[in-house]
Amino acid sequence: MSGAGSRARSRDGAAAVSIKGLSKRFQRGDVLALDTIDLDVHPGEFVSLIGPSGCGKSTLLRIIGDLIEPSEGTAQVNGKSAHQARMDRDYGIVFQDAVLYDWRNVTRNIGLPLEMAGWDKGRREERIREMVELVELAGFEKHHPWQLSGGMQQRVSIARALSFSPALLLMDEPFGALDEMTRERLNNELLQIWSETGSTVVFVTHSIAESVFLSTRVVVMSARPGRIAGIVEIDLPQPRGPETREHPLFAEHITQVRRLLREGHADEAIEGDTEVPLYVAEEGL
Amino acid sequence: MSSAGVTAVPRGALGRRVGRRVTDWLPAAAVLVGGIALWEGLVRALDVQRFLLPAPSAIAETLWERRGPLFDAGIYTFTEAFGGFVIGCTLAVLAAIGLARFRRLARSLMPFAIAANAVPIIAFAPITNQWFGPLEKTSKMAIAAILVFFPVLVNTLRGLTSVRPSSIELMRSYASGEIQIFRRVRLPNALPYIFSALKVATVLAMIGAIVGEYFLSSQEALGFQIRNSAALFQFELAWAAIVVASVLGILFYASVALVERLTMGWHASARGE
Repeated sequence: MSGAGSRARSRDGAAAVSIKGLSKRFQRGDVLALDTIDLDVHPGEFVSLIGPSGCGKSTLLRIIGDLIEPSEGTAQVNGKSAHQARMDRDYGIVFQDAVLYDWRNVTRNIGLPLEMAGWDKGRREERIREMVELVELAGFEKHHPWQLSGGMQQRVSIARALSFSPALLLMDEPFGALDEMTRERLNNELLQIWSETGSTVVFVTHSIAESVFLSTRVVVMSARPGRIAGIVEIDLPQPRGPETREHPLFAEHITQVRRLLREGHADEAIEGDTEVPLYVAEEGL
Repeated sequence: MSSAGVTAVPRGALGRRVGRRVTDWLPAAAVLVGGIALWEGLVRALDVQRFLLPAPSAIAETLWERRGPLFDAGIYTFTEAFGGFVIGCTLAVLAAIGLARFRRLARSLMPFAIAANAVPIIAFAPITNQWFGPLEKTSKMAIAAILVFFPVLVNTLRGLTSVRPSSIELMRSYASGEIQIFRRVRLPNALPYIFSALKVATVLAMIGAIVGEYFLSSQEALGFQIRNSAALFQFELAWAAIVVASVLGILFYASVALVERLTMGWHASARGE
């Protein structure tokens, strides 16, 4: 509750993410992935990007993270260029696959960004302990990634992204590969973490229910070229929990999002689409 | 294992593990002993002429009698193989690192490196013998180095470049440059590839050294011993020298496998070994 209050106040300040006139054209195949996107995300907000495969939502997330360059327009994070924000380690990122390094155990995977930021060992160990507690992985510190379930791996990945307390958390379908029950549990945990840390979250998802349940705002994108079809403000009370899904507004918001998706001629491609995202082809690795 | 005590569980598990080790090894050991016994028995029963196949007991006897010179010859040849291994593998890993950095160059060169793997490089042994002096160790090191170079190059490059894009993106999100990405992602990712190539390279280096010696070499060399004693119908001696070469080859391979296990315990357990 206290988190929600401070969030409302901070809306007047500088945007956590500010996107202006942003387009992305991939050279390969000459595809227009994103078409003049304008979006502001305020500090403390939880914003979901939802849309069909190929709508460019993952590309947009990567442009915010300065992992891909936009063709036109600008992306700013915390009032700085996306590049400067990346150099200042202003955000943590979580991918669909947990991207844990097999040669590092849980502790050392979580500590990776702290090593990169040059934290000394004592401080690092203390923070890793806190993080292990936060994502409820006590007892698994010395385990290697392949010894963990998919849900636990993703928890390690979230702990790693949060370890250096970034103001912004970028999440690219983090629970997309998990079963429904694990996904709901991690949704609840994520909301808990969000209210404890007060960070801003930009969350890419395929799931309408997930986007409504988690977000303060849902940005609905249309099929290629990616445009913003509409934005749904989610008025569900905070803090949210299992009962939120039974709230009358929940069904209403789901209908709103679904309607916007349909207007973007996109509803048939939702849920479980596993098309290879464009950026992979572009990286050429 | 039947004990119900709490502490008995890990002890039981350990016991089972050691037990499994023994039962794993037992069939192989039985085959080895049985094979040698069968060989001995057949040679005696069928009265096989000794230039066709000497009995294991005769080979063992020769091995013992000539252990001094055979051991020296083994060390001589192993030095060549090891030298070639170190030179070839070092150059190959360095070349792979360079090619991983300049991907366009790699794309134009790799077809040739892969084709080189299909070439019987050992055929060049007489030429390297002449280039570096047939009586010198360096000529055998050269052929061993060339033999190991291409498989190690191809495997290392594959390991350095077959990194998931998201692994790289994660590192870039921490503001890391190419050097840190190399050190923390590409190199650890490549280690399993490098070690499997190094293990193959130990075998290739031994083959290179010994076959190189068959063509022309110092009399101190193991390959010379094998070729010469076979030519002089001293088959027990030839076989004894082959045993020395085999034992050295196995020890070489096993020591690289041991280093692999020590540096990458995580990988061995990942494969469930």
